[in-house]
Amino acid sequence: MDTATPAVTVALHDGASVIASSGQVDARRHGELLLPAVDRVLAEAGVKLDAVTGVVVGVGPGPYTGLRVGLVTAATFGSALAVPVHGICTLDGLAYAAGQEGGLEGPFAVATDARRKEVYWARYEDARTRTGDPAVDRPADIAEALAGLPVVGQGAVLYPEAFPDARGPEHVAAGALAGLAAERLAAGQELLEPQPLYLRRPDAQVPKNYKVVTPK
Amino acid sequence: MAADEPLVLGIETSCDETGVGIVRGTTLLADAVASSVDTHARFGGVVPEIASRAHLEAMVPTIERALKEAGVSARDLDGIAVTSGPGLAGALLVGVSAAKAYAYALDKPLYGVNHLASHICVDQLEHGPLPEPTMALLVSGGHSSLLLAPDITSDVRPLGATIDDAAGEAFDKIARVLNLGFPGGPVIDRFAKEGDPKSIAFPRGLTGPRDAPYDFSFSGLKTSVARWIEAKRAAGEEVPVRDVAASFQEAVVDVLTRKAVRACKDEGVDHLMIGGGVAANSRLRALAQERCERAGIRLRVPRPKLCTDNGAMVAALGAEMVARNRRPSDLELSADSSLPVTEPHVPGKHQHAHDHDHVHEISKDNLYS
Ligand SMILES: [Zn+2]
Repeated sequence: MDTATPAVTVALHDGASVIASSGQVDARRHGELLLPAVDRVLAEAGVKLDAVTGVVVGVGPGPYTGLRVGLVTAATFGSALAVPVHGICTLDGLAYAAGQEGGLEGPFAVATDARRKEVYWARYEDARTRTGDPAVDRPADIAEALAGLPVVGQGAVLYPEAFPDARGPEHVAAGALAGLAAERLAAGQELLEPQPLYLRRPDAQVPKNYKVVTPK
Repeated sequence: MAADEPLVLGIETSCDETGVGIVRGTTLLADAVASSVDTHARFGGVVPEIASRAHLEAMVPTIERALKEAGVSARDLDGIAVTSGPGLAGALLVGVSAAKAYAYALDKPLYGVNHLASHICVDQLEHGPLPEPTMALLVSGGHSSLLLAPDITSDVRPLGATIDDAAGEAFDKIARVLNLGFPGGPVIDRFAKEGDPKSIAFPRGLTGPRDAPYDFSFSGLKTSVARWIEAKRAAGEEVPVRDVAASFQEAVVDVLTRKAVRACKDEGVDHLMIGGGVAANSRLRALAQERCERAGIRLRVPRPKLCTDNGAMVAALGAEMVARNRRPSDLELSADSSLPVTEPHVPGKHQHAHDHDHVHEISKDNLYS
């Protein structure tokens, strides 16, 4: 599952292929949509959650509130079912999907919407190989560095001036995330801890009702 | 404790405490809390994003700690309860998401419950079943209200509330003016013990004959105390911190207890429940005791650890929901930062959704087998 972007996406994967999946785009309703999506996907496959032997979750980077929905749901499933929980960088899932569906070979970049007129992004040598850590930047500030490269994801679509060669898919799909995880696990590779990639420090803003009222 | 009483796990993440409690009926089995309060201290208030991040980190370990403490298996639970509001939206969302996942994974009913009703219901763990109706004074950093609850699971009526700041906010603010740090409640309480509560006459808000009898206002008091301190400093005099703390605290608890006792008398209720973080204040507890005794009212205040935010209070209300057969919440349950106090829980909207899925599932099986 992944909730790091406006997409709320869930898939059931048997190690070889996707059995059932769900993808909805609604940046404000991750909390409401995720569990019903899990339920729908399992029902479609005709299995119960306790048949699952592992959970893979997108760790972002992503705007915080939605990102946490997927992470806490995955961690809780892991605890309740006593199964391992693996993290995958959400941008890696998009890159993998671009290779699978779009036949994109590389090099290319992936960019998702980070709001506040910024994008989360990373560079890829090919659909399975990221070069460098994900970062958060203003599109204009990285346009030159990525000039000539296809850029995958909604972050590219939103800023056509900075990223003229935007490619699909626009949103991450949990099926791709699970496929990538299955490949890596089969190859004996380590996956990430299911910890959030925020890439920004918290706004240390105390809400208004705590405002200072002392006369200056 | 009867074995047939509901065994419920409760999750609370409305502010800066990640709380997980487990109760059987009205018996407390576990109360695990992880607090991020120290991280917020340097900002002088709770920073929502910091609180949400801390909830995510602490959530599963706190659930596991509570189960261990209670010595029960998650499989034996009769329900999962969670604060679905009111509170900080991003913080609530972590707890609500965890509760939904836990309930779904274990195939247990889910109850999204009201934080304020939970603060009242927690007293069942201390003093046994709540009388009906219950008169409750709820005082915390976020709320100051007088509530009348004929049935804590379905009928909670607001009699009055603060029209500006919550009582706990006033404590935080004055502690800040006195350079005593955050949170202000415990430190003001400590300093006030060595001060004279009568030394400075601070105003009692909304206590005039024409004022709303059950509403509160602490904004004027706050400003008045801050001005008094500023004036001392401007005159180059030392601020008598203990006397200020004691006099300020006296003004707050005087109004709170006076109005609560009056509400009991007016409504013919012979006992008073006090809950919320400010109910841990020693002077509030003492003055309430004194005034209730004089008025022939029985006072019920839980031990301080159950007054501040915790998961046990959520579990206590959840257990009551199970015991009274209230309709569980559904998987679409939202975190509602402004859930009204008149909604003690959030029953599911789609009563037939589950049946429908079930039919769908069976027909699919038939298709492929
Ligand atoms: Zn509270």
